[in-house]
Amino acid sequence: MSLKMPLPDQRVLARRDEIITTLRRIVPGEGVIDQPHELRPFESDGLTAYRQPPMVVVLPETVEQVATILAYCHKNNVKVVPRGSGTSLSGGALPLADAVLLGMGKFNRVLEVDYEDRLAVVQPGVTNLAITKAVEGEGFYYAPDPSSQIACSIGGNVAENSGGVHCLKYGLTTNNVLGVEFVTMEGEILRIGGKALDAPGLDLLGIIVGSEGLLGVVTEVTVRILPKPETARALLIGFPTVESAGQCVADTIAAGIIPAGMEMMDRPAIHAAEAFVKVGYPLDVEALLIVELDGPGAECDHLIGEVEAIARKNGAVTLRASRDEAERLAFWAGRKAAFPAVGRLSPDYYCMDGTIPRGKLPRVLQRMNELSAHYGLGVANVFHAGDGNLHPLILYDANKPGELERAEDFGADILRLCVEVGGVLTGEHGVGVEKRDLMPDMFSEGDLRQQQRLKCAFDPELLLNPGKVFPSLHRCAELGRMHVHRGQLPFPELPRF
Amino acid sequence: MAQHQPQNTDEICGIVSDALTSGGKLEIIGGGTRVDFGAPERMADHLSLRALSGILEYDPAELVVTARAGTPLAELNEVVAARGQAFAFEPWGDATSTIGGVIAAGVAGPRRVSAGSVRDHLLGFEAVSGRGEAFRAGAKVVKNVTGYDLPKLLCGSWGRLAVLTEVTLKVLPCPPERLTLLWHGLEDEAAFALMREALRQPADVAAAAHRPGEYTLIRLDGFGPSIAARKAHLIAALAQHGPPEALHEADAATLWASLQAGGALPRDLPLWRLSLPPRQAFAAIAPLCALGGRYLADWAGGLVWLSLAGHDAEIRKQAAEAGGHAALFRASANLRARIPALHPQSPGIEALSRRVRRAFDPLGVFETNRFLDEPNAD
Repeated sequence: MSLKMPLPDQRVLARRDEIITTLRRIVPGEGVIDQPHELRPFESDGLTAYRQPPMVVVLPETVEQVATILAYCHKNNVKVVPRGSGTSLSGGALPLADAVLLGMGKFNRVLEVDYEDRLAVVQPGVTNLAITKAVEGEGFYYAPDPSSQIACSIGGNVAENSGGVHCLKYGLTTNNVLGVEFVTMEGEILRIGGKALDAPGLDLLGIIVGSEGLLGVVTEVTVRILPKPETARALLIGFPTVESAGQCVADTIAAGIIPAGMEMMDRPAIHAAEAFVKVGYPLDVEALLIVELDGPGAECDHLIGEVEAIARKNGAVTLRASRDEAERLAFWAGRKAAFPAVGRLSPDYYCMDGTIPRGKLPRVLQRMNELSAHYGLGVANVFHAGDGNLHPLILYDANKPGELERAEDFGADILRLCVEVGGVLTGEHGVGVEKRDLMPDMFSEGDLRQQQRLKCAFDPELLLNPGKVFPSLHRCAELGRMHVHRGQLPFPELPRF
Repeated sequence: MAQHQPQNTDEICGIVSDALTSGGKLEIIGGGTRVDFGAPERMADHLSLRALSGILEYDPAELVVTARAGTPLAELNEVVAARGQAFAFEPWGDATSTIGGVIAAGVAGPRRVSAGSVRDHLLGFEAVSGRGEAFRAGAKVVKNVTGYDLPKLLCGSWGRLAVLTEVTLKVLPCPPERLTLLWHGLEDEAAFALMREALRQPADVAAAAHRPGEYTLIRLDGFGPSIAARKAHLIAALAQHGPPEALHEADAATLWASLQAGGALPRDLPLWRLSLPPRQAFAAIAPLCALGGRYLADWAGGLVWLSLAGHDAEIRKQAAEAGGHAALFRASANLRARIPALHPQSPGIEALSRRVRRAFDPLGVFETNRFLDEPNAD
């Protein structure tokens, strides 16, 4: 692999035993893992192409333990990599050889549910789906629904600002989090936001969410819960071209309709999914749309009719509306199984995550086919069509020499293409290590330096999750350099960084 | 104090660089409609963004609009409305209010309770930092997690981090229809309970407000058949409060607009803006009403505009004990010189916020003492 991570600090590695002893004092019992065979399950997250066993794993149970661990590591110049459930698709929780891996899995309690204020206070290790399970008895749910929701933790969702198929209508994690308690690298326990909206002063909550574990370790999360819509219905629509499917999406939004979900699959993805789950997807179409409407029954019925009319006008060749819940779930079954379905076509696949302006879809798909031919690797596309978030799945075989590298190069070209047409490197999976070195394709050096200065305000020694998000590590002193002597900046003619 | 009116980003970089070398301070002015927020004595040059005006890109199909920061809010509202779209967070202001000012002040209207605030709709920006350097963050697409979410941080930052020059916001289709349900003369406690109960229903309530002694409002936005179904559901679920009157959009619009900035509350008394957990809201304001306070409630009780002379410590105490906070929104210059506009936070958050400000503005060129929390940074 070509990825360069920060060089291990030999002075820290030399002190490994002492560090482990100290961690055992902070977290007694089974909470410290240091045996090589026990470290192996932690050596990668959902981005399995990259692996690195951590120096040691610690699994604290209280916020005080987290604060003590971080303060100790800060004082002793030891790096820390936080980890939720380890489902990141961008390598956000990839360990470092000289770092403590701080697993938050034991923070697994729902602390409070307040139906009147429509919120839940949970610990960060609670899974995304467990929040909905805790409140569904009262007719509520937690809206963001990343595909890994059965396993991924809410703390990880906060770190990555996770999305899901319903975020066109209901927003990403950041739009559904009201407050957090977090611990800084120096070991200070801070709270921001809570049950009231819009904390005074700077919106620090807004930057904690999506900070990929670089700014603090979240130890408690207050989320918005919503009353579950009365009904949901879905349409399954086949189109002869990607363009006509794209136009149907644009016309639906132009008609003032924001569906709960709007998913597109291209021909390879449709065929893979149908072969896998056999739910009756049409095989003679170039693009398949699933459009889900939710709300009162009368609303769903009305909007199903509207979207049907828009689909027909755009030349839909197949069109089915779900008549009951079983049929709606069947429509989704193929889409939700798309990744494993594609996995049957090829020993390995690599899932990408760029966002583009929706209108650029035909151009991007055409270019992607050219790239596919160039690299000699297949690609299947699933697409959150409503918000322009692409998930190309690149097919490769890691056992064939050079294929992983070619798949990575192909993926990088796709993401550069997304940026070139006015889009972004990642819509919901995060930068992590995966897209780190592509950041200069989207941001200027000055843009990145400004982001890194924010990091310095939280973690001036750059000890928390280093090597992620930013392609180069600048020391904070260098980033902040700007001396004024007697009111005069030295060398005013020189650019300042 | 000097008045700068730059024509472009480069000129702003120059003005900030000059201020850095001269040790001057800069106050960024959009439409100037919110200058009376915070301490009155600011000793800063004015940097007006009025010349940086105009819509740069608007693609209704992509739900995205990009404009220069000094573009009047009214102009943007008009342009997107012509394509059947709107800002879902319902920004409000005066005739000269600019989009940059709306973002810097973190403004949102009644629909904030269901659609989020300006923070949930600012997708990207270009700005000039306190180092005199232009930078960008975010993007021009509706879904993006690339890098830190700096757009959120700029919302409500009151010009203390950077000079916004260009902003990209998410727009959404205008609801095709709106219906407001109005209950007359509910007791305050019952009105707060009604608003909370309405938000608990699977009825997708867009907004909920209460004007004591007069009326309580619940608004439904959407397609006709949906509104009809949700109206029937709500009337049944809220039957204990009696039957509401149904107001159509034209009749209701003025009532909703009258909630902005405390509406008709007295202009010669201090006006506070309390953000509260709705369930605690009534308990928090009842003792303040006993002291002579008058109020309006929006966001289902999550936002209370309170008019009350004196008792500033008590107001902040009640808000904090309820789990909320209180901003001094409008007051005499004397009072504003003494009482910080924003509710003080924990020392740890205050210190972190200061470090974050220094990350954008290392020498405090944008620190004008407006918030009484910065002992003249240098």
